[in-house]
Amino acid sequence: MIEKFDPVLLSRIQFAFTISFHIIFPAFTIGLASWLAVLEWRWLKTGNTVYEDVYRMWVKIFAVTFGMGVVSGVVMSFQFGTNWSVFSDRAGNVLGPLLGYEVLTAFFLEASFLGVMLFGWNRVSPKMHFAATVIVALGTLISAFWILSANSWMQTPQGYRVGTEGLLYPTDWIKIIFNPSFPYRFLHMVTASYLTTAFVVGGIGAYYLLRNRHVKHARVMLGMAMIMAIFVAPIQAGMGDLHGLNTLKHQPAKVAAMEGIWDTEHGAALKLFGWPDQEEEKTKYAIEIPKLSSLILTHDLNGEVKGLKEWPKDERPPVAWVFWSFRAMVGIGVLMIITGVTAAILFLRKQLFTKRWFQLWCMAMTPSGFVAVLAGWFVTEIGRQPYIVYGVMRTAETVSPVMGSQVALSLLAFIFSYVFVFGAGSYYILRLIGKGPGVLEKAYGTHGVKEPPILTDLTSETGGKHV
Amino acid sequence: MFSLESFVDLPLIWYGLIATAIFLYVLLDGFDLGVGILFPFAPSDSCRNRMMNSIAPFWDGNETWLVLGGGGLFAAFPLAYAILMPALYMPVILMLLGLIFRGVAFEFRFKATGKSRKFWEYSFHFGSLAATFMQGMVLGAFVQGVKVQGRSFAGGAFDWLNAYSVMVGMALVFGYALLGATWLIIKTDGITQDWARKCAGYVLGYVGIFLGLVSLSMPMMNTDVKALWFSLPNIFYLLPIPVSTFVMFVMIWRGLHKGKEYLPFFLSIGVFLTGYLGLGISLWPWLVPFNVSFRQAAAAPESQSFLLVGTAVMLPLVLGYVAYSYYVFRGKTSDEALY
Ligand code: HDD
Ligand code: HEM
Ligand code: HEM
Repeated sequence: MIEKFDPVLLSRIQFAFTISFHIIFPAFTIGLASWLAVLEWRWLKTGNTVYEDVYRMWVKIFAVTFGMGVVSGVVMSFQFGTNWSVFSDRAGNVLGPLLGYEVLTAFFLEASFLGVMLFGWNRVSPKMHFAATVIVALGTLISAFWILSANSWMQTPQGYRVGTEGLLYPTDWIKIIFNPSFPYRFLHMVTASYLTTAFVVGGIGAYYLLRNRHVKHARVMLGMAMIMAIFVAPIQAGMGDLHGLNTLKHQPAKVAAMEGIWDTEHGAALKLFGWPDQEEEKTKYAIEIPKLSSLILTHDLNGEVKGLKEWPKDERPPVAWVFWSFRAMVGIGVLMIITGVTAAILFLRKQLFTKRWFQLWCMAMTPSGFVAVLAGWFVTEIGRQPYIVYGVMRTAETVSPVMGSQVALSLLAFIFSYVFVFGAGSYYILRLIGKGPGVLEKAYGTHGVKEPPILTDLTSETGGKHV
Repeated sequence: MFSLESFVDLPLIWYGLIATAIFLYVLLDGFDLGVGILFPFAPSDSCRNRMMNSIAPFWDGNETWLVLGGGGLFAAFPLAYAILMPALYMPVILMLLGLIFRGVAFEFRFKATGKSRKFWEYSFHFGSLAATFMQGMVLGAFVQGVKVQGRSFAGGAFDWLNAYSVMVGMALVFGYALLGATWLIIKTDGITQDWARKCAGYVLGYVGIFLGLVSLSMPMMNTDVKALWFSLPNIFYLLPIPVSTFVMFVMIWRGLHKGKEYLPFFLSIGVFLTGYLGLGISLWPWLVPFNVSFRQAAAAPESQSFLLVGTAVMLPLVLGYVAYSYYVFRGKTSDEALY
């Protein structure tokens, strides 16, 4: 019975599960931190308290999300060792310092100034408070820089040599950090975070408008979100295109899986939909646009696109996952662009804040960024299988010497805890949204200040007493 | 390629740095985990609010030292990280789960009402308790040694579980509770402070007993350690450690009774420091006791050099703004109504 648990498979599921949960939070906080910095700047600059109210509402949501990001992140930093110890040993010389730099340059920065940002209101000057917000925003970006550098190096490794016992040694740090896929992945991920945040904020703004609540605040939310959508969504698609070309150069098997192409073709068609069948080695029921795939990938109608059959079976990623995740991401990207264009048209007609159908549409788009981010990462990570360090180290050979049953237990524990804890977190966020800006704020918003200690008890059942 | 190997003893420096990071973690997260351990025993709800307020701005930063300890081990001694983590798989995972349940409670508790608020209070308490106990178990398993073959852990899934590690786990619970209670003496006044002072008194006794047990059983279990501590002339060089620990205990006791506010906390840190030193001396030079020394586990000199440059620049900065954040939130929690 016990031998039936495969530690490799279970560790992969556990890693995928925990990192997928983790990324949801940074994807939101990276964007939210930058947006909060902009809001606070507008507020300090104009003195308009609408910005302040919006800031104070979202900073609470930020705090909850950030807290969940931190606890799920701490789990990640131990999983390399607990579940992928052979990988940690062999790749540690290269990856360890990158993650070390992340802690030193980003995590401490975020963590220390987060306290000031949340609780420092009247303890530091408004300028210092603004500085704290900006620093936290910078911290999230620095964090993304290092972790994406590490991940990109695993996708497109360079600047290393292989020593005895399969250990990797660094030979050039600049090459390692700025490996070929890193710039694309970093920019694409940051813009993805901005879009994710924009669509959440915009969706909530639209909801308030629909309900005719907090109208002034809602306009700020929807308006700023749509500015983001108008300008960044097309950039995102363009960057994604470049990212894809980069992948074609370094990981052609992944691109073949994304496109669902099995035989190497000239003038390959773009498959809009279909069912890639790993056994039969073809994509069934495909709906195609002739030549488009070649055009996108090679910028030539008759360019050559390599098919999956170029690689032996044990070097192909699970195609259906990659194929479908890619379509989910790109589909959402297209919807985001359409949303931006629509918003621009409505704005010019001075109808941006009044069209009911548009409000409903924006509400429907609220979670789209998260779906796209997860889908994008599925493409990236599943598409590079069976390698953990592309072309160098296979995932299966780097697992820890732990028993499958142990991993099965921990995986179960993670699933229960995460679903419960992060479910509760989402519920509290929804409640904060339900309350909206500028209402009860003061209980939490003025942490720190103005009021005497009685405030500490505003949320307690007993009503609160001086002690 | 760039390397500082020929100028400094890289593995030794990194050994010192990691040891320092872990010690700072133990102190800093120690007091906030300790507050969590004491949490449900506080006399009133307002006391509990204050307890939480006294650590809310710091807990994330404190926990970051754990990430630095773990991440630093991965970076500077990947082999040790790769052996220890699978060896300690279950306690590490349980610790992480504990940290999740307590970490989210900071935000959730203030958002929740009624019954669910109680739930997050217990989540805070039991999460802190579990994380602490597991850290103690990890330490207990660690000092007893880890089976290694080649470059991997070669023991069983439950090697970490035995009476000794359970004892160290309990010892750490009381140790953190002492840090938490003495921290609260600094940060609160009125009935919360009185209560914290009383707690510190009780806990101090247990800390003394457990510290004695743990320290004595260590040389009894391991003959090398015994030879190290009880042979001449070592015993004279090492005597200051137990003696100063004892003196500090007495001073904490008196400080508590004389109503001193800062002294008990800083002397408790002193007790942790001497305990840590004693441990370091016993385990020197092992990083995976008694199989892999810190030199054997060291990452390539190029890797250690690269991160050392960053550390030399960043660590003072980090310490600077950590100090700044403690300065911003100085003073009694109650007087200034943190929340
Ligand atoms: C809001 C989120 C979002 C949106 C709308 C898009 N993407 Fe994306 N995409 C991501 C979020 C993302 C991501 C989560 O950030 C990924 C995963 C890894 C990475 O670097 O970015 C990603 C990866 C990723 C990859 C995989 C590269 C690799 O690892 O080999 C490609 C080729 C694209 N994207 C292309 C696109 C295109 C052509 C889009 C056009 C509309 C697009 N993405 C929209
Ligand atoms: C944050 C968004 C991310 C998501 C959603 C994600 C998702 C996934 C998924 C789904 C897998 C499983 C692939 C498979 O087994 O077929 C995987 C594997 C892996 N990922 Fe990521 N990943 C992310 C980022 C990262 C980063 C930043 C790193 C490293 C720095 C990383 C390291 C790994 C490793 C080591 C594996 C191999 C283990 C395995 O195959 O399960 N991932 N990831
Ligand atoms: C395997 C990969 C990953 C590991 C080991 C990891 C590790 C961590 C850790 C330890 C924390 C907590 C820091 C603290 O104590 O303050 C954290 C938070 C964070 N991580 Fe990750 N992380 C991973 C993937 C990612 C990815 C892919 C991104 C972004 C692109 C990311 C961005 C962040 C950010 C911005 C935070 C701050 C907290 C938040 O915003 O929610 N991480 N991560």
